[in-house]
Amino acid sequence: MTPYESVIGLECHVQLATHSKIFSGASASFGGAPNTYTDPYTLALPGTLPVLNRRAVACALKMSLATGCTIRRVSRFARKHYFYPDLPKGYQISQYDEPIAEHGRIDFLLDGTPRAVRLTRIHMEEDAGKSTHVAGAAYSLVDLNRAGVPLIEVVSEPDLRSAKEAAEYLRAIRQLVRYLGICDGNMEEGSLRCDANVSIRPVGDVAYGTRTELKNMNSFKHVQAAIEYEVARQTEVLESGQRVVQETRLWDEGRGTSHPMRSKEQAHDYRYFPEPDLPPLVVTEAEIEALRSSLPELPLARRARFMDRLGLSPQDAALLTAEREIADYYEQVVAAGPSCDPKRAANWVGGELLRELHRDERPIAQSPVSPTALAELIALVAGGTISGKIAKDVLATMYASGESSKEIVAREGLLQVSDESELLRVCQKVIEANPKQVEKFRGGNDKLLGFFVGQAMKETGGRAHPERVNQILRRLLA
Amino acid sequence: MTPLHWRSAAEIAAQVAAREVSAVEVTRAHLDRIAALDRRLGCYLLVDGDGALAQAAAVDRAIAAGDSPGLLAGVPVGLKDLLVTEGVATTAGSKILAGFIPPYDGTAVARLRQAGAVILGKLNMDEFAMGSSTENSAFGPVRNPWDESRVPGGSSGGSAAAVAAGLCAVALGTDTGGSIRQPAALSGVVGLKPTYGRVSRHGVIAFASSLDQVGPLARTVEDCALTLEAIAGHDPKDATSIDAPVPRYRDACTAAAADLSGLRVGVPEEFFAAGLDPEIERLVRAAIAKLADLGARVVPASLPNSEHSLATYYLVATAEASSNLARYDGVRYGLRVRDPGDDLNTMYQKSRAAGFGTEVKRRIMLGTYALRAGYYDAYYLRAQKVRALIKRDFDRAFATCDVIATPTSPIPAFRLGDRTEDPLAMYLADIYTISCNLAGLPGLSVPCGFTTSNTLPTGLQLLGPPLGESTVLRVAAAYQRATDWHTRHPPGAERSTP
Repeated sequence: MTPYESVIGLECHVQLATHSKIFSGASASFGGAPNTYTDPYTLALPGTLPVLNRRAVACALKMSLATGCTIRRVSRFARKHYFYPDLPKGYQISQYDEPIAEHGRIDFLLDGTPRAVRLTRIHMEEDAGKSTHVAGAAYSLVDLNRAGVPLIEVVSEPDLRSAKEAAEYLRAIRQLVRYLGICDGNMEEGSLRCDANVSIRPVGDVAYGTRTELKNMNSFKHVQAAIEYEVARQTEVLESGQRVVQETRLWDEGRGTSHPMRSKEQAHDYRYFPEPDLPPLVVTEAEIEALRSSLPELPLARRARFMDRLGLSPQDAALLTAEREIADYYEQVVAAGPSCDPKRAANWVGGELLRELHRDERPIAQSPVSPTALAELIALVAGGTISGKIAKDVLATMYASGESSKEIVAREGLLQVSDESELLRVCQKVIEANPKQVEKFRGGNDKLLGFFVGQAMKETGGRAHPERVNQILRRLLA
Repeated sequence: MTPLHWRSAAEIAAQVAAREVSAVEVTRAHLDRIAALDRRLGCYLLVDGDGALAQAAAVDRAIAAGDSPGLLAGVPVGLKDLLVTEGVATTAGSKILAGFIPPYDGTAVARLRQAGAVILGKLNMDEFAMGSSTENSAFGPVRNPWDESRVPGGSSGGSAAAVAAGLCAVALGTDTGGSIRQPAALSGVVGLKPTYGRVSRHGVIAFASSLDQVGPLARTVEDCALTLEAIAGHDPKDATSIDAPVPRYRDACTAAAADLSGLRVGVPEEFFAAGLDPEIERLVRAAIAKLADLGARVVPASLPNSEHSLATYYLVATAEASSNLARYDGVRYGLRVRDPGDDLNTMYQKSRAAGFGTEVKRRIMLGTYALRAGYYDAYYLRAQKVRALIKRDFDRAFATCDVIATPTSPIPAFRLGDRTEDPLAMYLADIYTISCNLAGLPGLSVPCGFTTSNTLPTGLQLLGPPLGESTVLRVAAAYQRATDWHTRHPPGAERSTP
């Protein structure tokens, strides 16, 4: 069998998190009873005109800047025509030959290795409404709440070489738009969607094979699965001596397969022409500079800084920069206490705290434990006031009750026992109570030291200073 | 004393403000006249008698209470049915909008109401403003009050004829390729198409977005000035509206402004070419001579690319129309046939086939063809390039003159049915008005006499540079002060005074 290489490009639609629609004042929120977020413009009533939402432009510019695109000072909207009930005007206002931004790139890590995928363009457009086809019914339902919600389409070059890489690229886009605060990245609700262009070619060939376009993939998992399926399908087609047909295919999530759209649905001539109702979109230098200076530190830069400046491992740095809010929280913890060791703070935030939050599906911004409170707890451990083990219980209490660590420690008498004589007494008691184990230990079973430490911890309700206990036991058992 | 229906808007507004006459009396007189005359003429598609009387009463009450009267207090106005009106059916002259009642007023309409105007009803027009005779209305033709066997021009034929017959003092029309000026000329009234963007298009049913403009028709230039003053100005709801202050246009119409000394009137010989009716040429040249009598200097002007304007227009306008009319699909409002078939495309095809008339379908097809993939560059893009050249011609011409004077129409009002079988002959009726839309300029038609053969009205067209409305109005008002064409009324309308 000929070894093939996959060639993949993605077109991602990102819904911009503005209050109102891109060309009218109707609400751009998700949900809502069908057809309630509408107005005369959304319904395409006669005589209505589009007025561009400058906040949507600002969102598009942020993404363009964050991906290093060249921004057109003057871009243009165009009309893209097709008849469909969820497209009220009979055309979609989009950008065609003069998009707002071009020639950018998305950087991300694939199994820890840096990858850069070139962006062809980013353009602005309006979303269509939503059609629901009722099985067996002689009608379809149309909800225009989504019609006119602002979108940017992020189009990549065919630089991706595997389904997994495509999924990672998409994750990077999601992470980026969430960092920028321009989209919630929710694939299930459709605020982030993607189509994939897939072809294969014999390894070593330069020319591209015939591509197919995949649609209707509503999660990272399905993007990856659909592309894997398509690559396998195309390989089979070529291996059986046939040719790949250029077509649009719909992913069937339930079956795990894709099927071609009816050719009638594909044969569109969109009859693009410049939108005469909107003047060219002019972006000033001042606007660009203001947005550039408002950009947050981007995920990869932040990850690198966490490694270089704070000494975090690549894994910890990745975990803590996965979301901007987590990274912000973490940095607030580190900043809150001078004695707060960044690595220890990383363990607490990335370990205990995120575990609690994940269990509740609670975003870190709504954590009952504030960064200052967590820093205080970490300081109690670092100063030897409580043991690390007890601190975990304290955190759980803090998370549940919102109390401070000091309050909990004081109330429950959890101060760590570091007093030498007290620890000596406890260790002697443990040794006396376990003569058999003492005998075995002294007979060479070193592993039993852990048993004695455990017993001593148990005796003190976990409050004993573990290292000191360790030292004392070694001495007594020697 | 002048009967109420022949009084100008300026007179009515002043008399209503002074409480010499009530807005209700003026409104009633016009409603009675519409009831008496309009069955024959066919100007109104809808008369909102109750609404009009209620507005008039509100104007009278406000003035009695001491509120400052609006610019158009109590002035009875008719609206071309392309302008959407809250709660009042709006058809665009088409069956496809059957049953459509807009939930909002367009900006021009809202500003008229604010100025105290009383809206009598909605005026007949060529379907979606596509036509030059008003014969393309889905609801029957309009007859020219000067000769009821003839058309009033179009597409704002109902507006022009209603003003000519005294069925309203002022009407709003729209002008995409001459649809205000050409019917104004053929019906013997004044019609003004403002600079593109001067009046908001919000609430104007779109025909060709880059060309459409709302403007007034009236019997006097001053009334056009007053009305423009009321409706012009920036509108945040129309991204193409111009953000420039609105001058007191009426000041251009005073006796003091009537001396045209020093003003240069450009005459482009391209507009006096083959196809121009010799009687019209004689009358227009006489009118230009009259401007010289008033002090203006007549200078030659050259608009060499104007010969391409018709071809350019019929690419740009049809392309935009094919797109603008895509929304009439029978899904959300308007006509959906009773038996829409069993799939989506059949529903679209049947509804659009039943809802649109022949000329509208022709233009949708022309425009769709022009925008097809692979043809865009050869047609639409090329037309836009020629359009830029036409605009450049005007820029150059206005370097050496202040206004340009031409005939408005090459022919006087023609007989109903004369040109309906020959769309190209119909398109030629707009040959002198189209370049003004392509260049986005203000243009006005003012009556300049009657043909001797059959006493039909003729119009002088005056074109100005962008935002040059005041200049155009000033020249036209000076001409009207020096002539009495506008004081004549159609004999039929005169006889039928109730």
